[in-house]
Amino acid sequence: MKGREEIAQALAASGYIADADLATAISLMQLLRRPLLLEGEAGVGKTEVAKALAKVHATELIRLQCYEGLDQSAALYEWNYQRQLLAIQAHRGTDSIEDQLFSEKYLLERPLLAAIRRPRAPVLLIDEIDRADDEFEAFLLELLSDFQVSIPELGTISAVTVPHVVLTSNGTRELSDALRRRCLYQYVDYPDADREARIILARIVGAGPSLSVQIARMVEGVRKEELRKVPGVAETLDWAAALVGLDVRDLHNVPETVHETLICLLKTQEDRARVTREVTLRLLGRVA
Amino acid sequence: MSCRGPNPEFDDLSEVSQLVSSRLAAFLRTLRDAGFRVGLAEGQDAATLMAAGYAARPNLLRAAFRHLFSARKSDWDKFDGLFDAFWLGKRVRSRSRTIGSAAGANSPSLKTIQDARPQQGGGQSVTDQVPSSDEGPENSAGEGRMEGASHAEHLASIDFRKFSDPDQLAQAHDAAAQLARVMRTRLTRRYLARRRGERLDLRRTIHHNISHGGVPISLVKRRRKDRPLRLIVLLDASGSMSLYTSVFLRFIHGVLDEFHEAEAFLFHTRLAYVSDALKEKDVSRALDRLSIMAQGAGGGTRIGESLQTFNRWHAARVIHSRSCVMIVSDGYETGDAVLLGREMAALSRRCRRIVWLNPMMAWAGYSPEARGLKAALPHVDLYAPANTLQSLRALEPYLAKL
Repeated sequence: MKGREEIAQALAASGYIADADLATAISLMQLLRRPLLLEGEAGVGKTEVAKALAKVHATELIRLQCYEGLDQSAALYEWNYQRQLLAIQAHRGTDSIEDQLFSEKYLLERPLLAAIRRPRAPVLLIDEIDRADDEFEAFLLELLSDFQVSIPELGTISAVTVPHVVLTSNGTRELSDALRRRCLYQYVDYPDADREARIILARIVGAGPSLSVQIARMVEGVRKEELRKVPGVAETLDWAAALVGLDVRDLHNVPETVHETLICLLKTQEDRARVTREVTLRLLGRVA
Repeated sequence: MSCRGPNPEFDDLSEVSQLVSSRLAAFLRTLRDAGFRVGLAEGQDAATLMAAGYAARPNLLRAAFRHLFSARKSDWDKFDGLFDAFWLGKRVRSRSRTIGSAAGANSPSLKTIQDARPQQGGGQSVTDQVPSSDEGPENSAGEGRMEGASHAEHLASIDFRKFSDPDQLAQAHDAAAQLARVMRTRLTRRYLARRRGERLDLRRTIHHNISHGGVPISLVKRRRKDRPLRLIVLLDASGSMSLYTSVFLRFIHGVLDEFHEAEAFLFHTRLAYVSDALKEKDVSRALDRLSIMAQGAGGGTRIGESLQTFNRWHAARVIHSRSCVMIVSDGYETGDAVLLGREMAALSRRCRRIVWLNPMMAWAGYSPEARGLKAALPHVDLYAPANTLQSLRALEPYLAKL
């Protein structure tokens, strides 16, 4: 078993700037073999955790994006009808085709089935599980406890390896207690200024240490304003990229540019109106 | 997985000393008392963790247990305090438990304040923008008015707690439950009617007709999934509403019982989530729990702020596209009316329909002059009077149409 320190090192090496909790959560996932449920506001980097996890384990990432109306044929498996029809036409008059039609050859793997049939355990990311229906959640719960799937025409398929499962939720719907209990839980918050500065530094080519710190502090200030849509890490990175692209070295030198480029962070008209030139200057004043 | 952890077998428990395992059991009890959903499996996993060396450092154990035992953000936030208090003996701010008897407590429950009956003698015009007042059956509206008045006289003198007199309560609860049932069947029937708009499901048709060599002989159709409507009730429990609070509370209790999906909130100067407390089957217990949660009720109303809280913290979870929000309030806003207008606009963007039930409307000569109400009304889909169960029943056809 990989120790917690090793995981922390591997995370750092993968380029993901993790907080202290995450390494613990990942080591627990291995020890207890439970899925990890990540909750938090949109844009705090929940999906990134799964990507980092895949790098830590040096394995494949299989992603299932949930949406309302997601069903088994999109999540688990589907028969390849076109191919089946072609085969029927091609073998018209022979008996043998019937046995072959529902075989592996005509089976289309969808993410969930793919995840349990890989020779090396992949990371299975079930993104925004709260968008799927209750029924799908119940089905998922069953899959996550048994790790086997029964396909009527083929029989039961058991997991070759047990994938590392990460679920994310934005809280658009309350998840069932059963699913919550099954999972390890982590609430992902907006990173603090220090961590966000390190993220900018790692991700944006050309952003120097001092500019990164300034941007992170500025964003921290913006988040404290009463906004309708609080900017996430992705927005921060957009803004940093914009500033670097405009050849900004120090925010204090170009308050006008700072104010104009805030459109990278503020995504509704109300928020834009709320952060006036004066507010920008006030926030900028607090950035050391 | 290349590396397996030790199985959480009972044998492992022997590695953990007897003392520690009994302490662990006590900790699990503490967590359950604090509202955590902790099962046997979590207990075993916790023992596994302790045996695996996580107990070596408090910080490590705290982080590990937090991941294991938390199931939602509220758990996540309060876990550290509980952990420190239990294992490290640090003091934690005393947490009031919502369950249990409040007997003996002189806490101000809902409705101790005498009614501040509003004297809206102003306009005589009852023909305002009210969509239902003129459409509603004349008889029942009159009846409701009478009932309301007599109820009011009666209620003004009794405490809310006394109102949980079993007979009276059971009767009223039955009526509310029946109404909720009727409303639900109406809704369901409407979904049935919609099912006729069918479309061809091409993929399944092909699948079905493979045995015919792919010639589509038997068709498979697709129909809309019928899903129940979700009702969210926001009840004003302020002083000016105190006459009606208990009537609606019992209605809400019925609603939560009978609707597939329903949530309830109570607001006065702040907002309280009361679904859990009201889902208690035993009515008097539910009301007991409620009166503890509703402390401070009976004062002024900050509808705007309450709605802001709702929009910010609860709306995303509670409201979806098939939600109907029912606000029961007289609209006497003591806070900022502009804020109320803004939050109503935000709310109407999110949900399907907003119903505003106003008990005061049943009063003769009432017109919506309250500032808050004027700001809110443009965003309301149905604005109607309701002060008794009878008047609620009269509304049923309109509610079913929403």
